[in-house]
Amino acid sequence: MTTPVLEIRNLHARIEDREILKGVNLIIPPGEVHAIMGRNGSGKSTLSYVLAGKEDYEITEGEVLLNGKNIFEMGADERAAAGLFLAFQYPIEIPGVATMTFLKAALNAQRKARGEDELKTPEFMRLVKEAGAQLNVDSDMLRRPLNVGFSGGEKKRAEIMQMALLKPSLAVLDETDSGLDIDALQVVSKGVNSLRDGQRSMLVITHYQRLLNHIVPDVVHVFSDGRIVESGDKSLALKLEAEGYANYGGEAA
Amino acid sequence: MTDYGIPTLKEEIDRETVEQVLALDVDKYKYGFESDIESDVAPVGLTEDTVRMISAKKDEPQWMLDWRLEAFRRWQTMEEPNWAKVHYPKIDFQAISYYSAPKSFKGPKSLDEVDPELLATYAKLGIPLKEQAILAGVEGAAESVGTPFGANVAVDAVFDSVSVVTTFREELAKQGIIFCSISEAVREHPELVQQYLGTVVPVTDNYYATLNSAVFTDGSFVYIPKGVRCPMELSTYFRINEKKTGQFERTLIIADDDSYVSYLEGCTAPMRDEHQLHAAVVELVALDNAEIKYSTVQNWYPGDKNGKGGIYNFVTKRGDCRGVNSHISWTQVETGSAITWKYPSCILRGDGSRGEFYSIAISNGYQQVDSGTKMIHLGKNTSSRIISKGIAAGFSDNTYRGQVSAHAKAKNARNFTQCDSLLIGDKCGAHTVPYIESRNGTAVFEHEATTSKISDDQMFYCQARGLSEEEAVALIVNGFVRDVLQHLPMEFMVETQKLISISLEGSVG
Repeated sequence: MTTPVLEIRNLHARIEDREILKGVNLIIPPGEVHAIMGRNGSGKSTLSYVLAGKEDYEITEGEVLLNGKNIFEMGADERAAAGLFLAFQYPIEIPGVATMTFLKAALNAQRKARGEDELKTPEFMRLVKEAGAQLNVDSDMLRRPLNVGFSGGEKKRAEIMQMALLKPSLAVLDETDSGLDIDALQVVSKGVNSLRDGQRSMLVITHYQRLLNHIVPDVVHVFSDGRIVESGDKSLALKLEAEGYANYGGEAA
Repeated sequence: MTDYGIPTLKEEIDRETVEQVLALDVDKYKYGFESDIESDVAPVGLTEDTVRMISAKKDEPQWMLDWRLEAFRRWQTMEEPNWAKVHYPKIDFQAISYYSAPKSFKGPKSLDEVDPELLATYAKLGIPLKEQAILAGVEGAAESVGTPFGANVAVDAVFDSVSVVTTFREELAKQGIIFCSISEAVREHPELVQQYLGTVVPVTDNYYATLNSAVFTDGSFVYIPKGVRCPMELSTYFRINEKKTGQFERTLIIADDDSYVSYLEGCTAPMRDEHQLHAAVVELVALDNAEIKYSTVQNWYPGDKNGKGGIYNFVTKRGDCRGVNSHISWTQVETGSAITWKYPSCILRGDGSRGEFYSIAISNGYQQVDSGTKMIHLGKNTSSRIISKGIAAGFSDNTYRGQVSAHAKAKNARNFTQCDSLLIGDKCGAHTVPYIESRNGTAVFEHEATTSKISDDQMFYCQARGLSEEEAVALIVNGFVRDVLQHLPMEFMVETQKLISISLEGSVG
């Protein structure tokens, strides 16, 4: 059996005294796209932060394996170098740092951590152009400081472009559809879909079915009160859209 | 990035920054080596005889000695200032030696006559004494990226109390530019020195400036004739080597009508347990339509991580925009010194003159920085611009102190001031102390100030993209100071970005 790209076993996590993740189990084999749907406050975003290595959370139980390796022994930067990518729901502004500069620093830091040579500039430029073309990221945007003054659509395009450049084995997309109009949603989805190559796995977190019309998942999970309560194929998303989350208990956010 | 796929300097620098961070050992001051050079050192202590001895060592004319003695007498009646937000034990001015010169140094300067150990020292500092390379037949050897100075830079190197070598002099002389040590200028160009010395920073200006006037040992002298645009960057590299010595250099730059010069200054010192005093005076004079751009990268030894040792940097720098439409611009990167007390200022005397101050001041460990500027608007239609970026980490204190004033006759004076402070950690302090004074209804002064911290969200975002903690801090800080970095000459940008990373080592985690 091939090693899953992501394996979450009985994951419990808390912030201060509040337990947010209450026993998450999830396996994503290579090449599969899984969606997690759930209402606000169900713990979806916490799951993405815990996976990426944000320090605010305390892991009380369980383990997470990325390509067979325990990620809780790695810092956020090491997880990134090991192939984990989180597309932020609210991308952070880095004033004064040109997007291009940031991309290069990130890519080379990861390459270095993996023992690879840093990219020479022409090679880097080629990759940036490639990654940017599909997402309508032009050279003007690359010159602007990262996320500073970016519109909602620009921020999300920049996130997906980073993913295209960094080529992770697992991409976690946290509410990538939030703040996007239909046109922007299409551009972003197209970018994401072009990165589906039968090997790369994705975990798409959303509470609207709308996104899943564009990024069609192999498996849909319903998240409620800190755990996965039901899993199914893409038709589950449609069912949720029609019936809402009421059947899955938990308090409304 | 250019459209042709050639990396821009900025990108190269960014790469360098990250490389540099990765190559770091924690808690290392890379210029902390000591050179084993035999020196001629004056006995410790300060009396009139010390002043006479310095003057005699330099074969000075009587008028220079008289000037020094006058300053010394004044100094004896003065008191050490204590208004700055810095704390240190009282300095014993009788425990310092006021003169130290490498023994092998004598008379006319060509590289042949310089102690090889001294050249090795400068090589370690990364200074391309280009003539050295040319003499050795190594063309382009000095052009490698990553040295503090690029290839097209004339260097005056000051070691302890004397200027040891000045490069490119002949080439400059063809255009009538004088670039030499101040000692030499006193001997060779007394009329210029007498006309301008002490006219911007008067002998009686302040305690340290007066002390400097009495005991200054060397420094650079620059004169740019009318209508000449200096074809290369001029620079001085200061190095304190000898123990228990003070360095008191004096720099005088005169830009005659319609001329332009860009001047760079770099400083380092060995690591020592005791504190060493550096009390320099820099005077700039810009005549009609002249422009002087003065850049400093100050990296004196800051002391160890417990605050032991380090340089006291008590410096008076002032520019006089004496002519109409003259322009003086100060750019400083302050990363070193245990204590920095320094306010490069502009007197905007000429109508339509312009003053600028761009500053990056980084403090870490137990460093104390009290720095800023003064913009004194005297002429009509004068304008000034201040951009200060203070970064405090560790247990350090970082104060911006600035004065902007408009005289009654300074019609339409304009100032824009922006002071931004960035705090790293919660044991350090940032303070902003602006003094704004207008005696003129037509003056418009604007002041903006911000204080921020590197947020956990920014750190997490960068780390989630694969940057280590230190890489993330270096990147964010370099972004924070970008407005000022852009004003540095190319030659200094690379070095500065590295310095920023080095200075902030160990500031997180």
